[in-house]
Amino acid sequence: MNVATLSLGYLRARALSTALNVLLLALGVATITLLLLTMHQLEERMGRDARGIDLVAGAKGSPLQVILSAIYHLDVPTGNIPLAQAKEIAKHRMVKKTIPLALGDTYKGFRIVGTNHDYVAHYGAKPAAGRLWEKPMEAVIGAEIAQRLGHAVGATFIGAHGIADAGSDHGDAPYSVVGVLAPSGTVLDRLVLVSVESVWLVHDEHQGTDAKVTEEDKEVTALLIQYASPLAVAVLPRYINNNSEMQAASPAYETARLFSVIGVGVDVLRGFALVLMLSAGLSLFIALYNALRERRYDLALMRTLGARPRTLMALMLFEGALLAGFGAVLGLALGHALTEVLGQSLKAAQQIAVTGWTWVPAELWLIGLALAVGVLAALLPAWRAYRTDIALTLARG
Amino acid sequence: MFEIRELKHAYDSTEVLSVSSWQVEQGSQWLVLGPSGSGKTTLLHVLAGILKPTAGSVRVAGQDIGALSENELDCFRGRHIGLVLQRLHLMASLTVMDNLLLAQYLAGLPRDRARASQVLAGLDIGERVAAYPHELSFGQAQRVAVARAVVNRPKLLLADEPTSNLDDERCMQALGLLQDQARACNATLVIATHDQRIKARMPNQYTIGIHQ
Repeated sequence: MNVATLSLGYLRARALSTALNVLLLALGVATITLLLLTMHQLEERMGRDARGIDLVAGAKGSPLQVILSAIYHLDVPTGNIPLAQAKEIAKHRMVKKTIPLALGDTYKGFRIVGTNHDYVAHYGAKPAAGRLWEKPMEAVIGAEIAQRLGHAVGATFIGAHGIADAGSDHGDAPYSVVGVLAPSGTVLDRLVLVSVESVWLVHDEHQGTDAKVTEEDKEVTALLIQYASPLAVAVLPRYINNNSEMQAASPAYETARLFSVIGVGVDVLRGFALVLMLSAGLSLFIALYNALRERRYDLALMRTLGARPRTLMALMLFEGALLAGFGAVLGLALGHALTEVLGQSLKAAQQIAVTGWTWVPAELWLIGLALAVGVLAALLPAWRAYRTDIALTLARG
Repeated sequence: MFEIRELKHAYDSTEVLSVSSWQVEQGSQWLVLGPSGSGKTTLLHVLAGILKPTAGSVRVAGQDIGALSENELDCFRGRHIGLVLQRLHLMASLTVMDNLLLAQYLAGLPRDRARASQVLAGLDIGERVAAYPHELSFGQAQRVAVARAVVNRPKLLLADEPTSNLDDERCMQALGLLQDQARACNATLVIATHDQRIKARMPNQYTIGIHQ
């Protein structure tokens, strides 16, 4: 028998009202949890994919599209850039490292990327089975592709022309899988990696044998660039934009711009969740205030049994906090479950992976916020309980 | 025992209670008689330390309760005074056992299940410890209320109209319970009532309100 038993007894006695208030608060907490988890994982994942890439050179068009297509492999490329110009940039003294990317084909919705071994090394990935590609028409597949399509080393497949699903097959140029990458939690998990020459080869044949592609005509889609010095940020983008057919896009700037666009929607959702929590607090207040009226004899009686006014106050505050605590726990569980469900449905759409089986430190703040709502809602009822006039209440009873 | 001197109480400057002197031995049993509105309940509330009188002093078990601070008075009330009200006011959300444990907890005493069980058994409701108040008959509920009042072995057991609205048989049963339980823990028993039926069973009677 203590304050907790008493509070639990009261909550049980008003099971329906308790359940409704807990649920209302849980919905608010769940919505915020979903946002926290999704945004955190999205930002983390996008940050990881873009890490170490200071600039992307691509064909002229939308810089955001260049970033989305060349780093995250979510959008279609803006076009191709001449290999000769890409090589010029690689030789610039402010450039430390460049990785060429040749896009254009897909296999069952997964992109085929022509590149060099630096691309794999950049993300710190290693083959879990087999080896990296050496010759044209050898392919290394990402962990997620291997798992989803059940492909292993030795399998052969035919790429489809075009980034969208509907494209003609390169029927006469099959790739053979020579390696499967270990999961790296990066964009590599969802890519088919081949040499740049393989992509050229496939498209040479596609264009017909008589139009032989010369060295000058060779193209890549984009060039990932790492700066040699921080000073490059002032020089290199302007150099690329002014001296070539290419444009330079900064991943940091473009993703920040993207998140500020998404952010409007997130803010609306977050505001909605806060309104939910606020109304939960109001509903909690009404419930506790009504309970106080039902309980005025109980409170007076407890005083006759020796309870101090502050014990009664603590009882009401504890009850508010207890309700809020239940709401927070249920809300967190619900939020994680919803995130996992969302993650599963996104997985089917081959978008960025989101899971509910993780947590972020901000959830602790969320618990604190819920408890604060509970205690705040109980404040006035607690004060009324504190001020109970025993003799007057009992005389009226 | 308790001792009252020059006690006066007024609500909004209307005097509702005036007791010049009343002294009672420890363990004795008293009936406070008087018509409705004569101040019986007020006197009981003053004795219980839940109402501060306008003037005068009250000593209960050798302690001047007017000299106690708020906190000390709450503690004193919890440990030394048992109160049985006309409306029983059992805690509906707690079991019979928890109602008794609550009295121990709020008095700042250790929770003693053995003592609670013993009191309930002494009142023939030992088998209803796990029941909730709404599952009890009125007679059982009244026994629980008495048990709760005596579980901390009070020095003073106060009952406000414990027998009104009861038929003759139940009236005598309720009176017997209070007398037995008061005797069992050597508590002074004071029953405030306008119920004439129990006069014959209570030799010590104090009538208030007639001198006004």
